[in-house]
Amino acid sequence: MTETAASPTAWERVKLARHPERPHALDYLAELTTDFVELHGDRAFGDDRALVGGLACLDGRTVMVLGHQKGENTKENIARNFGMARPEGYRKAERLLRQAEKFGFPVVTLIDTPGAEPGIGSEERGQATAIAESLLRMAGLAVPSVAVVIGEGGSGGALAIGVADRVLMLENAVYAVASPEACAAILWKDAARAPEAAETMRITAAELHRFGVIDEVVPEPAPAHEQPKAAIRATGDALRRHLGALLAAYPPDDPAAVERLRDARYAKFRRIGSWRDAGEVRLGLPSQNGSGSATG
Amino acid sequence: MPAMREFFHRRGKFRPQAADDGADHQIPEDLWVKCPSCGDLLYSKELDHNAHVCPKCGHHLRMRARQRIAHLADAGSFREWDAGLRPHDPLGFVDGTGPYAAKLEATQRKSGEPEALVSGQATIDGRPLTIAVADFDFLGASMGSVFGEKLVRAIERAGERRLPLLTVSASGGARMHEGMLSLMQMAKTVAALDRLGRAGLPHLALLTDPCYGGVTASYATVADAIVAEPGALIGFAGPRVIEQITKQKLPEGFQTAEFLIEHGMIDRICPRDELRGLLVSLVDHYTRGNRRPEPPDERPAAALTAVLVGAGAGAAG
Repeated sequence: MTETAASPTAWERVKLARHPERPHALDYLAELTTDFVELHGDRAFGDDRALVGGLACLDGRTVMVLGHQKGENTKENIARNFGMARPEGYRKAERLLRQAEKFGFPVVTLIDTPGAEPGIGSEERGQATAIAESLLRMAGLAVPSVAVVIGEGGSGGALAIGVADRVLMLENAVYAVASPEACAAILWKDAARAPEAAETMRITAAELHRFGVIDEVVPEPAPAHEQPKAAIRATGDALRRHLGALLAAYPPDDPAAVERLRDARYAKFRRIGSWRDAGEVRLGLPSQNGSGSATG
Repeated sequence: MPAMREFFHRRGKFRPQAADDGADHQIPEDLWVKCPSCGDLLYSKELDHNAHVCPKCGHHLRMRARQRIAHLADAGSFREWDAGLRPHDPLGFVDGTGPYAAKLEATQRKSGEPEALVSGQATIDGRPLTIAVADFDFLGASMGSVFGEKLVRAIERAGERRLPLLTVSASGGARMHEGMLSLMQMAKTVAALDRLGRAGLPHLALLTDPCYGGVTASYATVADAIVAEPGALIGFAGPRVIEQITKQKLPEGFQTAEFLIEHGMIDRICPRDELRGLLVSLVDHYTRGNRRPEPPDERPAAALTAVLVGAGAGAAG
């Protein structure tokens, strides 16, 4: 991915990523999978409609899918809390991840959230713990996983379903440690400086690929809200390619593959970061061959 | 970091009294400290002797990382690891107050620490353990690349040496100045803990005031036992953010350690002067587990080291 002079700015991409007509997780499932059976509830408190999950067929194989789901209109957005999951959502995700392990289903996650919900109820019911438990389950997952940032990758609420063997990101998606508005409010003391914050935070797919945070940028022939099917098809191609490579390298029915899979996943996340050691700068770099290291 | 401090300003019954009356500036900083809870002036030597607990009202004042280690560990037992790791500015981050690189230098000068996490090995009442302590005075103990890397190295060494791990957290969350590299430290630290857990080694987490965001939502809450100090504020989203977004008045005692234990989120609240005893009991119980330790160096170490060295992340043991 190279950026040209005509590339949208980081802030323009934020707006593209949040565009109300941009396809959402269920649009991807409708187009790319068959026989989707949504599974509901965290078995403890409720069902969070901001984070959907269930079984679906991708090329004849059952996969466990999880995705943040924004609404198509105001009414649905309210029901889906604008894609901001509550602890129940992350606990449902954790439950379905365990189920994927039990049956050897590969996991596909679709990330699209402004962030985990900040609220009194969410705090009372352990939002932080719910996210942390989901991270832990993904980190040690016994089956292969691919995550795709399809729109907004909002902080810990996004990462909660993002600790995957392959992390892909659409060209106009963004993935950030905090929303540019929140960052600007805290570090500039002025939320209106969000465009500057967006720039300096390095939240675009191309930049995050350079920093080794994601493995591949999925091209959008046109912004996804203009040509949703083209973006979804491009995502489907990348998804199949990565899932295929992972399944070939780590067959879910081969018990010996599980430890290799966990080791490879650990090595992938282990190297992310940048620091100086005895004067030398070390930046975690993407694997040599970002898309083809499935055999590593 | 004034912004971070303000962000976590105490509310309700823990509100500091008359914090900005100007008189503070007259007090020689080294000699007297004002209790943020009861407002009493405390002689700092006395406060040191009392483990930074207000003798008047029992409020647990914040401790620096090295003060914490000195308080918890046996005298002279602490051996620091990875003190040479230094943060830098991978993004070229510039905010309203200037470049991150300059902020790092100023913070290092002011705090006397190179980063927000101090890690190493120590003993508590003779029991060896791995310890990693966050220092809130360094950019609100926000978790960036170095914080994450030092913690992961400590977790890996706990695994290699078959030692229990104690993390002591206080943090504003992920460090925004390092962008997504900071967020990914959540994944990296939790992934290391997943391996430690599979090796049958315990992680004890001590949550201290204040503990928020990406730290609470990652390594700090995936522990076998979670202990908090009395009155500590602990949560995911900051109280001001919640108030602004929900337009709701926050309930009395919201996000305090007492609130968390009532909601089942932590195992215990422990006053500072009883912490050592509690940690000793926990370490003794967990190390008496019936699970037989895996034979070291059989499978993972060699294979994994090869992968890591290949990626340029080989860590010294």
